[in-house]
Amino acid sequence: MARTVTPRRKLYFTLAAWTVALLIFFPVFWTILTSFKTEVSAVASPPQLFTADWTLENYAEVWSRSDYPRFFWNSVVISVGSTLLGLLIAIPAAWSMAFVPGNRTKDLLMWMLSTKMMPAAAVLIPMYLIFQKTGLFDTRIGLVLALMLMNLPVIVWMLYTYFKEIPGEILEAARMDGASLRNEIIYVLTPMAIPGIASTMLLNIILAWNEAFWTITLTTVDAAPLSAFIASFSAPQGLFYAKLSAASTMAIAPILILGWFSQKQLVRGLTFGAVK
Amino acid sequence: MGKITLHDVRKNFGATEVIPGIDLTIENGEFVVFVGPSGCGKSTLLRLIAGLEDTSGGVISIDGVDATALPPAKRGLAMVFQSYALYPHMTVRKNIMFPLKMAGMEIGEATRRADAAARVLNLTNYMERKPGQLSGGQRQRVAIGRAIVREPAAFLFDEPLSNLDAALRVNMRQEITELHQSLKTTMIYVTHDQVEAMTMADKIVVLNAGRIEQVGSPLELYNQPKNTFVAGFIGSPKMNLITGPEAEKLGAATIGVRPEHLDVVSEGGWSGIVGLSEHLGSDTFLKVTTDIVGTLNVRAGGEVRLRHGDRVNLIPQAGKVHRFGADGKAMA
Repeated sequence: MARTVTPRRKLYFTLAAWTVALLIFFPVFWTILTSFKTEVSAVASPPQLFTADWTLENYAEVWSRSDYPRFFWNSVVISVGSTLLGLLIAIPAAWSMAFVPGNRTKDLLMWMLSTKMMPAAAVLIPMYLIFQKTGLFDTRIGLVLALMLMNLPVIVWMLYTYFKEIPGEILEAARMDGASLRNEIIYVLTPMAIPGIASTMLLNIILAWNEAFWTITLTTVDAAPLSAFIASFSAPQGLFYAKLSAASTMAIAPILILGWFSQKQLVRGLTFGAVK
Repeated sequence: MGKITLHDVRKNFGATEVIPGIDLTIENGEFVVFVGPSGCGKSTLLRLIAGLEDTSGGVISIDGVDATALPPAKRGLAMVFQSYALYPHMTVRKNIMFPLKMAGMEIGEATRRADAAARVLNLTNYMERKPGQLSGGQRQRVAIGRAIVREPAAFLFDEPLSNLDAALRVNMRQEITELHQSLKTTMIYVTHDQVEAMTMADKIVVLNAGRIEQVGSPLELYNQPKNTFVAGFIGSPKMNLITGPEAEKLGAATIGVRPEHLDVVSEGGWSGIVGLSEHLGSDTFLKVTTDIVGTLNVRAGGEVRLRHGDRVNLIPQAGKVHRFGADGKAMA
């Protein structure tokens, strides 16, 4: 059905889009603003969006009170590590599902997805015990494994969708042209799948970076990433909103910047195959 | 060299038998066309020869060497796909040079060969473009270029023209025929279009349900179809197949008369009413509903002025009636 977009209609759509975007961004914006307020104005009633006494004190205190670089480094290791390990396992898996599917491939894919529907808390006790018994508790390798397993269905599904888009005849042509399996992968498949692999990687780094449930539950000190760093500011002494906001801002800033620079790639990746 | 021999080649997909056992010899330098309705197994047979599918039994030999278990790359064959299957991330030059690169050819020689292929195929001005920037016909030429640089034992074409529009298809058909005449390399060409088969082939293999119905030159198939399937499949418009008393009069279960072998006469023969009449200038195609032998296709001269509703009498030309037995096979 052909639809005409009149200038008026376009204006409505634009306004609607901006409204939704601002609604989604508002909590983040509020957090960032609060991080520059004093504790008193942060809890002022009624709440104020802007205040007269802007300060950097919260950042200074958060920085001096905790070891931010260590949390940051743990986050980097865990999110990048779990994503790379996940890709290593998911690429061959998605490959075989897309190009040499068996009778049960569809069922297998659905089953993998269904594991994502299970509430994480349901396996909290067994996971906790397994991690304690095997010495994985509060280790980076333990978290890399946990987050990799958690995101693996998403990685396989995304890659499977990209690989499905690559016509089988092109791979057959490469075979006819004398390419070995290795050359077929290096010269034909990978260059064609790179946009898909890259956006899968980015999305999974973001997912792993923001993961809070397992990272907080399975760590204490050594392997704690930035999500645990934020949580440590909602301490037994009570809530300090301004400091908590400063910690949150410091935790989300790196991933926000990464997301900003890679948004074109991400959007392309997420809508890949939706339109021909 | 490019002599290909199939001996009892079979293919099953699970419990489904797609090709029950085929014997065929393709001589060096021949242009062979596999033709048949969709689902007849012609593409599967080509893919078995290419090595893209594993056989379920039988032997495929290329130039006397058993190639049944060889991977596609080791068979020395080149293939042109229906979808062209160009590498979208490579320029035309890189696409054409890819098989040479895989063969480890020295870059100077590879470039020389690619340039030569580009000249033959009028691609010289497009060498630095990507496939996405080319028209359908140009892409098809690149696919052919990629095949010829390897100097293969044989070329395999899998319905290469079906994505092109009618005018371009005629052009490319002629180009491929000319290419065969200049290269003199074995070519196996799969199509469902019997016009392509008739115009291009040295030898046509008519397939039906995974079996070979008949092998022969285009005119052999046209003049001496071995059975009713080949009779009905080769020729356009289709041969009229008539059963009943008129066939029994000639001692056959079915008789076949080609539309061009029916003469329009003033009296006698089979009488009927013109249903459809198409005037093409050079020919007139008529659909005539007769009183005793059903509806017949007739190809009359361009000057015949018959219209819907006219009564005509049709008579088959002497010696042009094909007789088939109850098993559908041609009778002597």
